[in-house]
Amino acid sequence: MSSNSSFTNITSPHAHGGNTTSRIMLLVILATVPGIIALTYFFGWGNLINIVLASITALTCEALILKIRKRPILFSLKDNSALLTAVLLGIALPPFVPWWVTVVAVSFAMVFAKHLYGGLGNNPFNPAMVGYALVLISFPVQMTTTWALPFFLAPDTLIPGQGIIPAQVMSFTDTLGVIFSNTNSLANGFTDAFTGATPLDTYKHLAKNETSIEILQGPLFADASLGGSASNWFAGGWEFVNIAFLIGGLALLALRLFTWHIPFSVLAALGTCSMLFGWDADLYVPWSLHIFTGATMLCAFFIATDPVTASTTPLGKIIYGAGIGILIFVIRTWGAYPDAVAFAVLLMNFAAPLIDTYTQPRTYGHEKAKRGLVTKPDTNSNKEG
Amino acid sequence: MQPITLHSFDGGIHPQENKHQSTQSPIAQLPVPAQVIVPVGQHIGAPADVVVAVGDSVLKGQIIAKPKGFVSAAVHAPTSGKVTAIEQRELPHSSGLEGTCVVIDTDGKDQWLEEIANGDQAIADYLEADNDILNNRIRDCGITGMGGASFPTSVKMAVKGKKIDTLIINAAECEPYITADDMLMRERGLDAIRGIQIMMKLTQADNCLIGIEDNKPEAIKAMEDALHKMHGEHHITVVTIPTKYPSGGEKQLIKILTGKEVPSGGIPAAIGIVCQNIGTCEAVYRAVAEGKPLISRITTITGDSIEQPQNVDVLIGTPVKHLLEFAGFKQEKSLFQKLLGGKSKAESKSRIIMGGPMMGFTLSSDELPIIKSSNCILAPSQKELPANDIASACIRCGLCTEACPADLLPQQLYWFSKAGELDKAEQHNIADCIECGACSYVCPSEIPLVQYYRHAKGAIKEERASQQKSDRSKIRFEARQDRLDREAAEKEAKRKARAATAEKAQAAKKAAALAQQKEAAEEAAKNGDAPVAEAIKPEPVDLEKLQKQLDAAQAGLKKSMDKVAEIKAAAENSDAPIENLEVFEKAVANRRDKVKLLAVQITEAKKLAPPVVKVASREDIEKKLRAQQDRIDKTQQRFQLAQEQGLDTLPALQKGLDKQMQKLKELEAELAQFDKAGV
Repeated sequence: MSSNSSFTNITSPHAHGGNTTSRIMLLVILATVPGIIALTYFFGWGNLINIVLASITALTCEALILKIRKRPILFSLKDNSALLTAVLLGIALPPFVPWWVTVVAVSFAMVFAKHLYGGLGNNPFNPAMVGYALVLISFPVQMTTTWALPFFLAPDTLIPGQGIIPAQVMSFTDTLGVIFSNTNSLANGFTDAFTGATPLDTYKHLAKNETSIEILQGPLFADASLGGSASNWFAGGWEFVNIAFLIGGLALLALRLFTWHIPFSVLAALGTCSMLFGWDADLYVPWSLHIFTGATMLCAFFIATDPVTASTTPLGKIIYGAGIGILIFVIRTWGAYPDAVAFAVLLMNFAAPLIDTYTQPRTYGHEKAKRGLVTKPDTNSNKEG
Repeated sequence: MQPITLHSFDGGIHPQENKHQSTQSPIAQLPVPAQVIVPVGQHIGAPADVVVAVGDSVLKGQIIAKPKGFVSAAVHAPTSGKVTAIEQRELPHSSGLEGTCVVIDTDGKDQWLEEIANGDQAIADYLEADNDILNNRIRDCGITGMGGASFPTSVKMAVKGKKIDTLIINAAECEPYITADDMLMRERGLDAIRGIQIMMKLTQADNCLIGIEDNKPEAIKAMEDALHKMHGEHHITVVTIPTKYPSGGEKQLIKILTGKEVPSGGIPAAIGIVCQNIGTCEAVYRAVAEGKPLISRITTITGDSIEQPQNVDVLIGTPVKHLLEFAGFKQEKSLFQKLLGGKSKAESKSRIIMGGPMMGFTLSSDELPIIKSSNCILAPSQKELPANDIASACIRCGLCTEACPADLLPQQLYWFSKAGELDKAEQHNIADCIECGACSYVCPSEIPLVQYYRHAKGAIKEERASQQKSDRSKIRFEARQDRLDREAAEKEAKRKARAATAEKAQAAKKAAALAQQKEAAEEAAKNGDAPVAEAIKPEPVDLEKLQKQLDAAQAGLKKSMDKVAEIKAAAENSDAPIENLEVFEKAVANRRDKVKLLAVQITEAKKLAPPVVKVASREDIEKKLRAQQDRIDKTQQRFQLAQEQGLDTLPALQKGLDKQMQKLKELEAELAQFDKAGV
């Protein structure tokens, strides 16, 4: 073999673990599947249709904006981050919300909340939550009156010749009609049987006049399928959805996609606050409802853990998560919105960089952590350009 | 078995070990190559000074370069042969820089130096010998750290003033693929233990811990068997540690075995620990007990491109090509090249890595030599260790933070390095990064993190150096400015002093002149002449200078007058323009005025000047007499002419004539007086 000087020169390290961003995003999407199944079972096809609609919108928007930004389109699309944002929005938005609300939310999230900041990894605010907050504030009627009731609260239908068909969710085609053509809208009263306020909203309003026992006897909280009084402390259907998301989240934790800090601190803070205040269930929503209703589990495991916008240091993550939990409780209890996840997350997104600055961990070989802003005089650090 | 408690460090990764390929056969002896290239700077510290010359014959183990300074190591000829060149060659280093290398053409005899061959250099009772003797032996044999850093061992063993509690032997070999230490422990464990004993004696450590990862059960057993063979108390413990990369990093191993952390920027000796590689221990034993210098080492040659991966005992300076040929090297060809068949001019995609997959560096050619720290030659296939894809954006997932063994925030360091915010990177302790590569191993966006940190570290160093340079320049500049100011001030002071003295002198002169004038005036008043009515000029005028000026002015005046006449004549002859005439006539007028002015100045100066009492000689008077006589004659002639022509100048001429006659009489009287006075 003659001497060969044409060997490739690369610097170390040469080995890579094989993990990719697209794989991570895909795993997160897959982890939402149990929750989506639960949602569909209890609340109908709305969420699923919204997810598909949102995905198509997200991918289209991202492709367009990438073209405008002159970036490689397929390279960015295949990292599944747009898909993940779309899935989360599809889950979070009410099932019967009109199609254009979804489209507005998703496209705003993609273009303004993500790409105008520089694309993946550069956005300071959670894009899904930005989109959600936008439509919540801009279209309050559509966002508060299109929540679905669990299927067992739908009326039994009497079909001549077939007898009584027990309660079920609205049919697929009907749901499509509601979402897209708005023909069977609220005005027609068609969807009345299927929509209603969220359990949190309901409890909050009823608590002004009724005691907890009375409230919990109500149809929303009486889980006929399970029977017994134990289930009354949970809102029918919703607790299964949350448990499903919890399972998905724990699976992600086991896969070490994120650390325990954020989910734990969100739930702990929310639980502590609601227990501190909610010991009197007659006045405040009890902690069981806080933890197992609404988007709590979705937030704790899927939204708050969005790595781009969360805090990055271990201690910082705990503070960040705790802040979210506390804010969720505060906004739910004393705010005007039915669910507080979006605002709580956005508010803590503001704080994340500051939290990071003051929660640096101690490096090996140092006695204590160097926290805070840089104290040394500036040494032409911006000359690099 | 393990009375000590194991600690752990945060982070770490578990890459595929890939060690089984190279442990199937015992250590092979690599045949002597045709040529060895021995760099003289294989260690930390000053490169050694070459002591041989081109053309010298050297024997195996003969010293070819002496250590330079305290932190330096000797270099020896790995085999017998002739020195054919001492020149700059590319070093096997990630920088690709060149260094002095001694090139020896081997003679194949592999003949030891006589003193070494008959055991003269060996120290028999090394456990009773003096520490200084032992350390000098280690230094003379050029022993350096064999784990990768190549720090001169004798310097590490010279622990003056510091109390060393624990000697830690690094046998972890945490990097994938490398099995050199594993095989060394299996086959030469006892020698290594003996080397450890020597080190314990030198450092006076209380106890010794040998850290071995649990993926080397045979090595662990071999070491424990060797320990059983030792008689007496040895205070050496074999400790099995969990397999995790990078447990073999010095700082991490110390933390695992003792729970202590090496202070940032400091050395383990600061906390009473000395850490050595197990290969160094065996080399120390060989140097002390057998007198053999460090001229060979065990190197793993492995990777999917190698036909027979194994460990070899290779001479320092052996070109890597020799190693590849011995173990069989399959050149990586692209599919296109394979289809083409035969030799292809297209660039080879093969990589030759000196070191492991995490921290090893690629070699640009296979001519580069094995040096004292080359523990592995890894020739992977493209499929085995694929090069990273294009990096996508950082999603701040934090997996890098979880993997970092130094408790850093690699993510933040990445953002700061990328943005050039070096002060923030420094504050986040980028200097503590050991460049192990765990962060980039786990990064899902395949970002080349370690490269960013290397760049940032280099930029910080450069900035600091330029800052120091500009500080020094500033000091020098200010000193120079001070000096110039000082000199200017001195000059100014001198000038003032001179001016002051000059003024004083002038004043004195003036006073003297004034006094003389007074005298002259008094004289004149006595003699009846009209006193000088001129105002006293403030400065003494240089008479000669004025005279010169007058001469010059008169010459100029004459020139102008000639020019005017010329123009007038030309104007008469032809119709030439007469404008220039005015200019020249003006010039004539100016010059005439100047001449008049100068004449007046001169006369005044003459008046001011003290009367030159010139002792006139007789000849002078006679001369004057004659001159005067001539003048009178001339005047008489003009008078006659005027009389004949009947000019108006007659009365003036008459007066002039009378004056001149008077002057003549005075001169005659002067002459008479002169004669009377007698000389």
